[in-house]
Amino acid sequence: MVWKTVARHLLLRHAAPRTADPAIAASLRQRLAAASAQKLGRSLAIRHVPAGSCNGCELELRATQNLIYDLTQYGLTFTPSPRHADVLLITGVAGRNMAEAVRQTREAMPDPVFVVAVGDCAVDGGVFKGSPAILGGVDALLPVDLVIAGCPPTPGQIVDGLLALLEAHSWEKKEGKARGSAP
Amino acid sequence: MILCTAEEWQAQGGKFIALWTDATHAYALYQPGTLRAVPLVDNAYPALKHPGAAWFQRLAHDMTGATATGAADTRPAVEQFRAPDGTAAWPDFPAPEEEGAHVVAVGPVHAAIIEPGHFRFTLRGEQVLKLQTRFGYAHKGTLGLMRGKSPRLAARFAARISGDATVAHSLAYAQAAEAALALTPPRRAVHLRAVMAEIERLANHTSDIGAIAGDVGFAFLDARFAWHRESFCAAAYAAFGHRLMMDMVVPGGVASDLRAKGEAAILSSLDALETELPSLTRVFEDYASLQDRLIGTGIIPVALAAAYAAGGYVGRASGQDHDARLTPGYAPYEQFGLTVPVEQDGDVAARVRIRLAEIQESIRIVRALLASLPEDGLTVTPPAGSGTGIGVAESFRGPVWYWLKLENGAIADLFIADPSTLHWPLLEHAVTTSIFADFPVINKSVNASYSGVDL
Repeated sequence: MVWKTVARHLLLRHAAPRTADPAIAASLRQRLAAASAQKLGRSLAIRHVPAGSCNGCELELRATQNLIYDLTQYGLTFTPSPRHADVLLITGVAGRNMAEAVRQTREAMPDPVFVVAVGDCAVDGGVFKGSPAILGGVDALLPVDLVIAGCPPTPGQIVDGLLALLEAHSWEKKEGKARGSAP
Repeated sequence: MILCTAEEWQAQGGKFIALWTDATHAYALYQPGTLRAVPLVDNAYPALKHPGAAWFQRLAHDMTGATATGAADTRPAVEQFRAPDGTAAWPDFPAPEEEGAHVVAVGPVHAAIIEPGHFRFTLRGEQVLKLQTRFGYAHKGTLGLMRGKSPRLAARFAARISGDATVAHSLAYAQAAEAALALTPPRRAVHLRAVMAEIERLANHTSDIGAIAGDVGFAFLDARFAWHRESFCAAAYAAFGHRLMMDMVVPGGVASDLRAKGEAAILSSLDALETELPSLTRVFEDYASLQDRLIGTGIIPVALAAAYAAGGYVGRASGQDHDARLTPGYAPYEQFGLTVPVEQDGDVAARVRIRLAEIQESIRIVRALLASLPEDGLTVTPPAGSGTGIGVAESFRGPVWYWLKLENGAIADLFIADPSTLHWPLLEHAVTTSIFADFPVINKSVNASYSGVDL
């Protein structure tokens, strides 16, 4: 019952405000920094955009989330919103008809953004190289940070590639911002 | 091929499959594989009245500039955003005329890991009044890349028209090339092709059934069916060296024999699915909260499915009983028989039931195929000849048709019809029988290919 809870809170005497020991606060801050490098540094949200694929890469990308590969266990998750994403993962060629949508997705993402090209088509256009309907691989649209080749790459290869990015990302944080110890 | 006058062309009844044009003629394909042609006059031909012809007429205009005289729908199919710098005006949609209606635009970038497409929903409250689809985002100019190449070289493109149906597309393409060159592949190759095609069907059916259940909150079913899909991909890798069996079916035969431990891997995947399937199926039958979301959702009426001559589980869930493995039929299915399940309800639940029934048939066929593999050979080399051929293969989502014209060992012209072309307009209707929130599950239950129609 709500009124009981409210009454209990009203009748309780408020505890005196706590003043933190500066030494303890400093140590807490240090531990939090280490934890954030470990926790946040090892967690990336991925926004996937197909820019002109045959849907083979999407099948294997979805398979990374199944019981066997379980991408989530590494702190890697797919997010529907570009605003929440750290990684822009692109499958397929850079199709002319998708170029604007890819640019808009990238613009909607907060910096820094890691661009990952998954599959032979995303790497350099794959078998569709030279078609007037495409601009080339993903690098025709955006600078690419990581390529995961294969037609399509297996779920294992995709997971390996993303873990490599994760490790590089943690290292970057550690070196660049001197945030605690490496995981 | 039957050459028609303009009147005969327009008066033709029957089950329409596809339409395309080349420099001199317009072609229309009807079941069970009859090709009709009409000469182009000033790069124009009379529009067909079959509802399924609309998309093909739009596509033909984008590809070759040929006009369908009298066509009601003249919107572009795949070229709508093309400008030299990759940017162009956002496509124009007419404002809804219905009172109190509002419009929701979705895509081309979707929330889930799926292909790109644009959907415009006209809603009143939650009820969907109208859905308009816009495609072309996955257009890669594949037909143009295939022209001028040898049948073997161009097989890589047929395998990438729609990755989830790569075996079926490669098979239909190979059969078209073999028809054009009067080539008979070895019997072992024909058997192995069927093994691959049925494994592809099993992998897609398990994956999609699970995804449908997952969409309405049954994560356990999704996890288990995804596990089975994974088991078939692993078996395909063990048997043929590629998880999706891409580039394995080629004109003249197959590119890989069954590997040493492949047969055991396939059989153990079949056993695992067969053992667990009854308990998974029972969840669909027993849980009211699951049935509440699937039964009566996304209805495609029998008459509409008939008008579009829809194939695959979309057609079969709405009273259409044709299966390309039987009509026109191709080897080796005549040896093993095939029971084609048919339902009349046309809702998401019926499409799931059809796919559950097809799983049983595919398990039986794969076992029978593996138990009777001929020993004659894997491939014959296609000669550098000329000719025209039509090929068909029943993909997991319906019949895939290829028309191929070879001249001196190279592809002079071709056309590819994925069953999705006839399924998208049915999805547009199915969504109007439900609320907006049901769109994802209805879309998954139809699972039409984007890449397959964008070409």
